[in-house]
Amino acid sequence: MNNKKLTTIITTVALTLSIATAALAADVTLLNVSYDPTRELYADFNNAFAKYWQKKTGDKVTVKQSHGGSSKQARGVIDGLEADVVTLALAYDIDAITEKGLIKPGWQKELPHNSSPYTSTIVFLVRKGNPKKIKNWDDLIKPGVSVITPNPKTSGGARWNYLAAWAFAQHQPGGNDAKAKEFVTKLLKNVPLLDSGARGSTNTFVQRGLGDVLLAWENEAFLAINELGPDKFDIVTPPESILAEPPVTVVDKVADRRGTRKVAEAYLNYLYTDEGQNIAAKHYYRPINTKIPTRLAKIKKLYTIDQAFGGWQKAQKTHFADGGTFDQIYAPKK
Amino acid sequence: MSAPLTTAVRQKNHAPTEPQVVRWLLIGIALIFLTLFLALPLAAVFSQAFEKGFSVYLAALREPDTMSSIKLTLITAAVCVPLNLFFGVTAAWAIAKFSFPGKNLLITLIDLPFSVSPVISGLIYVLIFGLQGWIGPWLQAHDIRIVFAVPGIILATIFVTFPFVARELIPLMEAQGKEEEEAALVLGATGLQTFFRVTLPNVKWGIIYGVILCNARAMGEFGAVSVVSGHIRGMTNTVPLHVEILYNEYNYTAAFAVASLLAFLALITLMVKSIAEWKVRQQLNNT
Repeated sequence: MNNKKLTTIITTVALTLSIATAALAADVTLLNVSYDPTRELYADFNNAFAKYWQKKTGDKVTVKQSHGGSSKQARGVIDGLEADVVTLALAYDIDAITEKGLIKPGWQKELPHNSSPYTSTIVFLVRKGNPKKIKNWDDLIKPGVSVITPNPKTSGGARWNYLAAWAFAQHQPGGNDAKAKEFVTKLLKNVPLLDSGARGSTNTFVQRGLGDVLLAWENEAFLAINELGPDKFDIVTPPESILAEPPVTVVDKVADRRGTRKVAEAYLNYLYTDEGQNIAAKHYYRPINTKIPTRLAKIKKLYTIDQAFGGWQKAQKTHFADGGTFDQIYAPKK
Repeated sequence: MSAPLTTAVRQKNHAPTEPQVVRWLLIGIALIFLTLFLALPLAAVFSQAFEKGFSVYLAALREPDTMSSIKLTLITAAVCVPLNLFFGVTAAWAIAKFSFPGKNLLITLIDLPFSVSPVISGLIYVLIFGLQGWIGPWLQAHDIRIVFAVPGIILATIFVTFPFVARELIPLMEAQGKEEEEAALVLGATGLQTFFRVTLPNVKWGIIYGVILCNARAMGEFGAVSVVSGHIRGMTNTVPLHVEILYNEYNYTAAFAVASLLAFLALITLMVKSIAEWKVRQQLNNT
């Protein structure tokens, strides 16, 4: 066999192989249905993941995003919005999708840390210089302090706010459920209006200039400051707050039907890698990997839903279902 | 408000009974009202849009998600307007030129989208085509997507823009009567010939008027489309939905830049509408 022939054969084989692998490299799209404040986080993370995935498998993956109120988004998935993965504000909303059989029960055990790759908490956004001297939750019930928070019936963030206040009162010396209810009643008396979502409340506080303090997701508070003026607002991180664990999961029915399970799982797992954790930290979420540096203030005590309220199912039923504590104590201002 | 009407009114009442002061007062109030509620907001949209300069404005419009929302809005209008034009002309023709049982019911049905809240118009489709709806599971088994995809957006838009062409044509055709068509038929024209050579030219400006209103609504609809959209960036966001998203992301300049497109559309619509209105009057006066 002469050399020339050999080269031809090798070139042909190499060409065929490269064409074959090129044909195998596929274009995949994923849809991530998420809640309101994660827009910037996932815009960033999706790019990072696409790069990683192309390097690893050669496939080009495009992740599409949809954002809205957490419960509304869950409702959309239930009604057929084809999400390969959901990344929502609270486990209860994912449970609602599970009830319709789209996600397998026990989803929260699939990924580490209750399937929450990052956590967040509730902080206070106040006017520059903190003129009303708001330091902790008990400052919110003082007369003359106007508090902005969204409606817990429609907003996931508002439910965290409500439960954070409740947990605070519960854990004070001599605190119990009755005391907590009294505390939250007083707090709601200081709320002039309830918007339907977290971004709505932020706009009310920031754009319309209503209220002395906004109860907000930690990352929302930072975003508002960065986007709208560090010279106008301050963030107050209370010494105690609630540990918000926004969970993520694959929507089994959709991923299996579309054949995207592998990339969907890789996408969520990538949130737990150093790069994923760094991106979360960059957008003011608290990474669960404690080695990742974060700019966020330490909070002395963080109460969890499981420990303070016995889980989301129970918390939802006691506090936010029709006739729950919120309905009992909230009287709209006439 | 246009010229022929004012002259007609003036011809009828030679001596206006109201004193000069009252008339000027009324005109003044109307003008102040218009400035406050129409001109100011419009000016605000444009000043916000161009606040950071023309290049920022252009960059905001060139952004891929914005481009895709503009494309989707154009596609939606391109499907909805011809369909509603066809439906509107046939319905108006049937109603104005023929009598048949159930005619009043048909007129009522055409008006239905006007009386239903847009949110309900959207929910109807989620309830029918959604995964928990009547035929959702079947659609999914056959991999057909209606809601949270482009077909759902088009369906919802057709529903809300349904009455525009028909509503505009029915009174015009009724006012014109059947005489010309009857004459054409007596002279030996076929039904189609009559329609294309007698009926259609008579209502030409009415059709344009209806189409432009239908188009404006198709491009501007928010409520119904929001319910069926699913808000997937770069895929199922129309221009009005995209404006809301940009606004909620503190991206005010971009939000107003995109909103200014809708404002432009409104201005052009108004212009064409006034011309069509004037021509319709002429057409009526000629008959």
